[in-house]
Amino acid sequence: MSRKLLLNNVHVEGIHTYDVYRKSGGYAAVEKALKSMTPEEVVEEVKKSGLRGRGGAGFPTGMKWSFIAKPEGVPRHFLCNADESEPGTFKDRYLMEKIPHLLIEGMILSSFALGCEQSYIYIRGEYMYVLRILEKAIAEAYQNGWLGKNIKGSGFNLELSVSPGAGAYICGEETAMIESLEGKRGNPRMKPPFPAIQGLWQRPTVVNNVETICAVVPIVNEGGEAYAGVGIGRSAGTKLISASGNINKPGVYEIEMGITVEEFIYGDQYCGGIKNGKKLKACVPGGSSVPILPHYLVCKTAEGTDRLMSYESLSEGGFATGSMLGSGGFIVYDEDQCIVRNTWNFARFYHHESCGQCSPCREGTGWMEKVLHRLEYGHGKIEDIDLLWDIQRKIEGNTICPLGDAAAWPVAAAIRHFREEFEWHVKEPNTCMTRNYGLVTEKVFDKVNA
Amino acid sequence: MSEQIQQIKVTIDDQTIMVDPGTSILSAARQIGGNVVPPAMCFYSSLKGSGGKCRTCLVEVSAGSEKDPRPMPKLVASCSTNVMDGMIVKNKTSDRVLDARKGVVELLLINHPLDCPVCDQAGECSLQDLAFEHGASHSRFEFERREFDQIDIGEYIKLHMTRCILCYRCVYTANQLTDNREHGVLKRGDASEIGTFIENSLDNEFIGNVIDVCPVGALTDKTFRFRSRVWYTKPMDASCSCGKCSGNVVLWMIGDEIARVTARKDKYGEVKEFICNDCRFNKKELSDWKIEGPRHIDRHSVISANHYEKAAPTHTPLLNKA
Repeated sequence: MSRKLLLNNVHVEGIHTYDVYRKSGGYAAVEKALKSMTPEEVVEEVKKSGLRGRGGAGFPTGMKWSFIAKPEGVPRHFLCNADESEPGTFKDRYLMEKIPHLLIEGMILSSFALGCEQSYIYIRGEYMYVLRILEKAIAEAYQNGWLGKNIKGSGFNLELSVSPGAGAYICGEETAMIESLEGKRGNPRMKPPFPAIQGLWQRPTVVNNVETICAVVPIVNEGGEAYAGVGIGRSAGTKLISASGNINKPGVYEIEMGITVEEFIYGDQYCGGIKNGKKLKACVPGGSSVPILPHYLVCKTAEGTDRLMSYESLSEGGFATGSMLGSGGFIVYDEDQCIVRNTWNFARFYHHESCGQCSPCREGTGWMEKVLHRLEYGHGKIEDIDLLWDIQRKIEGNTICPLGDAAAWPVAAAIRHFREEFEWHVKEPNTCMTRNYGLVTEKVFDKVNA
Repeated sequence: MSEQIQQIKVTIDDQTIMVDPGTSILSAARQIGGNVVPPAMCFYSSLKGSGGKCRTCLVEVSAGSEKDPRPMPKLVASCSTNVMDGMIVKNKTSDRVLDARKGVVELLLINHPLDCPVCDQAGECSLQDLAFEHGASHSRFEFERREFDQIDIGEYIKLHMTRCILCYRCVYTANQLTDNREHGVLKRGDASEIGTFIENSLDNEFIGNVIDVCPVGALTDKTFRFRSRVWYTKPMDASCSCGKCSGNVVLWMIGDEIARVTARKDKYGEVKEFICNDCRFNKKELSDWKIEGPRHIDRHSVISANHYEKAAPTHTPLLNKA
């Protein structure tokens, strides 16, 4: 049994249009908030709900909202981060494509809570068709008086517009996104000052992920405490997981946090098991930036307890034996996949997307990609593995924004858990071009048990 | 003086100093001076917004402040982190910092051509000094380095992107001098390059200063390029009555001939008074200048090693140090 809070109406015919959305109970939360709640009460509900940022970092949303500076006479801004570009993550696209009004409703609620009168949705440039859907939905919302001046007689004004990016992954970093919105090159800013103090046009700004903003709607509708009751522990509520890879049913699933990873991979209502009856080899549970988990650590933690789909359980064991929930890009690898090739592919992505502002990331990502390419194509040396380890160590934590960490972690985890496979690529240069290493041998199990 | 500003205490490598609130760790370290000063390749105190990019000035904060003495988990860029009262910073005394800095130097060098013998900046290059102090003696990078064609930015300035370390100093200089964003960074990642709109020269009286702020040999003076190694020239303080700038410059002379004119740099390689293009590129006659005397170059670099000043040298030449 799982509860759906965001996608419960997704299969209603025509839910992307205003009329159907309204008939299915849409905009009730805005009505409730504008009529019977103060902005502070909305913030309080979000705090009570325990909602955490769904973009990857998992920072408590209510706390983030309470940091916003409120100087007299200075406008504040609320931004929606729809620059979803993490390989393996496609949940925000699904939400915006299917139920655009849910996002708009969430934007109105959040902007009301923070006292912002000008809000923006910053959408990834590749999602141009989604931008059209959103623009149509915004026009409908304006027509029906949910946006604009004096919304439904409450005295609250809100202008909302969509801005497309130009295809840079880095613009999903909040300060780079702000730079890009200002019309500049999308380079992340130094922090501090944080956006909550000086963000868009040096005004206090809050940036949230699409899914986080959508989750505000059920929180206002049902109350923060009811939302906190869903999920497990500090991982409250539901999470959209974009499942991909070698599974029978790839797609976007809304799960209640706390179900086991095993149920998610093998359960019929979710991924439906590994494709073609093969065995699980590895899994990246939260988008390409998070550490990869070998099969013996996917369903069980190192202590032998069940691993659950939650912020805490997925990161149990730290980076040595754990990973992160991240943005929910769940990628599953079967026994035929090559981990070195996969790591090279990720490194290639980060090399391409590094903004080039700070030196460790600009130079290090390119170097890692070149070394991994060499290993994958059978020209590697055994020292290359230690070299890679050393490069990632020099990038991690030494950069301006988290892209450096995101580039370093997958490489580190792949070497940590699949060192034998890297060594095999060096020892069998001809074979590695035609055949993959396959499943980790029984030896590894012995190592873990010992 | 009606009200005294409450000064705050900061300890860097076991040396304590009182500084004004709002001072960065780097500038506090410079107030102490000597060994505790982290190197800085991109920070430039007179350029607003500069700093934080090169990551060579990373330091460890082992206690955040008096009130909250928790250490900061990550190394921080000392140029863009302000001190707090009671902060304890480790620079040279932290192995973590030295290790990270060595890594940054190695990464800065992987795409930088190691052809100092034919580079015009050799001898006064910040990257050369940095690599000498922190770098490994050999490179582990076994791939092709990135290369660019040389570009002329106007009549007097040569841009050789291959040598650029993307410190953004010239970008901030141009931002301060011109109204529009005329000089910036194109492309991204390790393909990014400094550029003006289709190799335009920037029409500004002071644009020649991008040469002085460049820490490496990416932007060089075309009136001086390859005329002499910099350590064979005699730096002399000189001045002129210029209407546009202060007229305080350094002349780099070969015999009685003025080989080039630059602004005066302090010991951290920073120019305090920018000079105009006229003084820099056009006034190459002795009669244009009033010579004040030999220039004291206070940098740990080749140009200050074998120095000719009148007074006995106060610092040991580099070769004897080892």
